Parts: sequence; structure tokens; C-alpha cells
Amino acid sequence: MSLTQDDVKRIASLARIEIDDAQAQAAQAQLNSIFDLIATMQAVDTSGIAPMAHAQEVYQRLRDDVVTESDRHAAFQAIAPAVENGLYLVPKVIE
Amino acid sequence: MTLSDASIAKLAAQLAGKQVSSRELAQTYLERINALNPAINAFITVDAEKTLTEAAAADARIAAGQAGPLTGVPVAHKDIFCTDGWPTTCGSKMLHNFVAPYDAHVIQRFKAAGMPSLGKTNMDEFAMGSSNETSYYGAVKNPWNLDYVPGGSSGGAAACIAARMAPAATGTDTGGSIRQPAALCGITGLKPTYGLVSRYGMIAFASSLDQAGPMAPSAEDCALLLNVMTGFDPHDSTSLERDKEDYTRDLDTPLAGLRIGLPREFFAAGLNNEVATAVEAAVAELKKLGATTVQISLANSQLAIPVYYVLAPAEASSNLSRFDGVRYGYRAPEYTDLNDMYAKTRAQGFGAEVKRRIMIGAYVLSHGYYDAYYLQAQKIRRLIADDFSAAFQTCDLILGPTAPGTAFKLGEKSDDPVEMYLNDLYTIPANLAGLPGMSLPCGFDSKGLPIGLQLVGDYFSEAKMLNVAHQYQRVTDWHSRQPEGLK
Repeated sequence: MSLTQDDVKRIASLARIEIDDAQAQAAQAQLNSIFDLIATMQAVDTSGIAPMAHAQEVYQRLRDDVVTESDRHAAFQAIAPAVENGLYLVPKVIE
Repeated sequence: MTLSDASIAKLAAQLAGKQVSSRELAQTYLERINALNPAINAFITVDAEKTLTEAAAADARIAAGQAGPLTGVPVAHKDIFCTDGWPTTCGSKMLHNFVAPYDAHVIQRFKAAGMPSLGKTNMDEFAMGSSNETSYYGAVKNPWNLDYVPGGSSGGAAACIAARMAPAATGTDTGGSIRQPAALCGITGLKPTYGLVSRYGMIAFASSLDQAGPMAPSAEDCALLLNVMTGFDPHDSTSLERDKEDYTRDLDTPLAGLRIGLPREFFAAGLNNEVATAVEAAVAELKKLGATTVQISLANSQLAIPVYYVLAPAEASSNLSRFDGVRYGYRAPEYTDLNDMYAKTRAQGFGAEVKRRIMIGAYVLSHGYYDAYYLQAQKIRRLIADDFSAAFQTCDLILGPTAPGTAFKLGEKSDDPVEMYLNDLYTIPANLAGLPGMSLPCGFDSKGLPIGLQLVGDYFSEAKMLNVAHQYQRVTDWHSRQPEGLK
């Protein structure tokens, strides 16, 4: 498998990372060498093997439906790039 | 012996006997940090005032008779742990000037134990790297030779211990990030069984693999630190509900009858000769202590690197989607619309290696590729874990090298990601299986650089691993050697 420049740009766009032509070219070579490494696992016969998502058999715990956290929105928003009246500010999304 | 040479157990005894105060101890280490850190760059943030305030509080606890076993012993924290009121950067421009509004569970535990923080240690950006060169705050230098890397991603933690700028440090290990730098810096480090230490407040890289653990000169130190770090935490859905253990309980158990498994794949081509010789000498030493050896095979461990470089980037691409310039961290100064803000923020805030891994992850999870990559990797992950289960039918512990070589020169591998990834050949399998692993010093190469040996145990066998390491360290002195010319 070999990624083209367009593939690299599409992946960058999926990942929401701006990339210019020169960067895409540099990334293309490095990503391809990594995917060559990854390709060595494709030949393994894994039919009938159950995928292992996790090291331990863990299940989501249930807890009583009670309030456990205090309101700390002022502390959390104090570290945000842009806040107004308790709201996070982002560029206009809906015209 | 100077104060900074003392083990954690000795420091704790001196504090309890009021021969030294926590403030004096903190001052001693802060002075060493002042003198040595400019050359080594092991710390991203040092705040003497905060440290001394915490030390004074520890002294008050000791005076009031309310001390725990390690109250007053200072510790350095990897800058991946959110620490209330301290900058927490994760080695990234993305979190430059991010001051955490809460404590990670691990930090809470050290605070509850009365152990002052000496500062936040340098690391590869978002823990992605094996040389500490991807940090936005500059590379860490190996205290044994400043032209060489300390390993990574917990490179600052390993280097600060090697240079005795701290008696103990926390690290995290996703594919070898505690063990490989411990090996390259000549110290001891342990990655616990997945689920023993809470990940709450530990900035996530690959959630099914990430695990925090202790780093210190000796196994005994690590056992004491593990007693502080482990325990159930309802804030981490993968935290295991188990009875509290005392990890020092077996330190003095004789090794007679211990069966050590030697995986043939860990001694095959690719292993540096000097490393092989030192590890084999350590095996001979353990045999003298009563251990026997058995050849084992971890056949699928050869596939650990390709599997890891699917799973870890996939999980990272999801975890790091939170860095979008909206709620915290960096935001690009100029942009046209929301999507442009995301793309520019992430392009400017992340370094090259982090972007590379996010892109790998985005690709392997994208439509049409999921089965061929992510699912196939998860299936081979099962085969790798099954190899370990089979091996533990015939042996109590697995022993091999921690890394294929000793420290390499700064810049030597930084342009070739694949070459860099091969450093974690022997450490990644334990992460994939969720098993505990540790690295301890077992010699030096002809350049005077430390060599590490790795122990991998069955689930929850930390006390056994620490026992073997401690018995080895009672008859060897590799772990107490220090780089010359630093004092």
C-alpha cells in the first residue's frame, strides 16, 4: 500500500490539521514507511480469533444517581481561550 | 554519603527520627536542580516556593505525629499529571500555560501521603516518543553523557533520578515510556498491571495501554512508591477494585526455586552484543541466588510494533480530538471560520510526531479500513497476550533486555520514525497484554552508558518482580552508581 499526496491531505483534513503541499510531501514519505511496517501484520491468519479491546475484563460500574461534583465552571472557564457570560466563544457557525 | 544519595527508605527513617526536615530535604534537591537542570533539562516547571510550602506542611504533619511512611519525602511528577495550580504542559505547545484546575488521582495520593512535589518533569510531547526529543520544551540530556538521549517518553523523570535531582519520580508507560528511559539512564522503573493505578487526570494518549508507575534508583524505592500510587478510584472506569497490597512484603524472600523464562525472540537478531552479555551475566547472578531458567517463546511478540502503531495512534487520534482550541490550551491567533480555527490550532499547537500519529489513527479508523487495521491489530493483540499466558505455565517471571541497545546520540534517530519505534521492541508486548513490567540496571556498555534488564510478570505479580529485582540489587551495585562529573 502506498499513500498518495491526496490521501495524506484527506487524512489531515479528517484529523482537522492544516497541512500545506510541502508538509504533505514530507508526511507522505514518513507515513508510507510506517504503513510498510504496519503491513507486516496483514499476513497473519487471525480467523476465529476474538479481538482484544482491553487488557482486563472490565465493565462500566453503576453508581447511585446523586450529585457528586460541585459547580466549578468558573475555574474551568478561566483557562479557556475565549469566554463570555459563562459561554465558550467560537466563530459563528450558523448564518 | 550525602543526603541526595540516600534511598527513600533511609530518607523516610531520617525524617521520622527528626534528623532531617522535609524543608531541608526539599532545599537539598532544589539546589541540585538549580545547579544541574540547565544542562540536563529534566524539568519543565520548578516552583521552589510551592515545593517548600508543601515541605513545611509535611514537617508540621511529622511534628503532630500524623505522618505516613513516606511523609516529607519529595517526588518529581511527569508533566502529564494534572496538578492543581501548576502548569501541566504534557510537553506540548498545545498546553503551554495550561494551569490544571484539579489534581490527577496519582497527585492526590502523593499529596495525601504528605510527599512534596519538586516540580514537573520533561517528556516527549503527549508521551509520544522514545528519546524525549519531541518535547516542545527541548530535549532532555542523558546525565551519563550529555550528547546522548535519556530515552522517552518519561525522559525527564529518568534523567532527574539518574542525576539525583529527585529521590523519586512518577512516570507513565504506554509502550515502554517508563522502562526504556529507566534502562537508558541506569535507574529502576516499574509499569504496573493495567488498572492498578488510576488514569484520572493523567492526560490520555492510548487509553487501553496507558499506565502510571514509579521510577527511582532501586526496586525497594519503587515498592514503597507503588504502595502510595495504587488503589481503586471510582473516577477511572478501568480502575480495578482490589484489596490494597503491601508491595514491600516479599522484598526479602529468597529466590530459591524461582523459574525465569527467557524468550528466545528477545535474544535474537537486532539485540546489541554488549546488552546481551550484560543481561546474560544478570541471569547468571540470579542463578547463583537459586533461580532456574527455562527457554520460552513469545512468537507473536514480533508483531507487537506493527500492532501497537495501529492501536496507539487510533486511540490517540480519538483522545487528542479534545484539543480544539475551545475549552483550554492553545488557540491559533488568526482563522476564518470554526473549521479553520480547529485546523490551524492543531497544526500550530501539535508537533510533527503527534500530528503523524493522529493522522495514522485517523486513517486506520476511517471508513473501509477499520477491519484491515484496527480489528486485525486487536486480534493479534489477543495472540500476543495468549503467548504470555502460555509462557507463565512454565515460568514465574520473564526476563530479557529492556531495549535493543543503550542510549543513542541526540538527533541520531529523530528523522526516522520507524527506526525510533524499534526501540520499544521488547517493552510493547507487556503493554498490549496489560502485564506488569520493570526495568533495572544491569551494567554499562563500553561507552559508559547504562544497560537495563526487563522483568515481565503475570498479572498482579508486582511484589514478586520487586522481590527478584531487590535480591539482585542486594548483590550488585549497578543501581547505586551515579554519573561522574555532575556533583
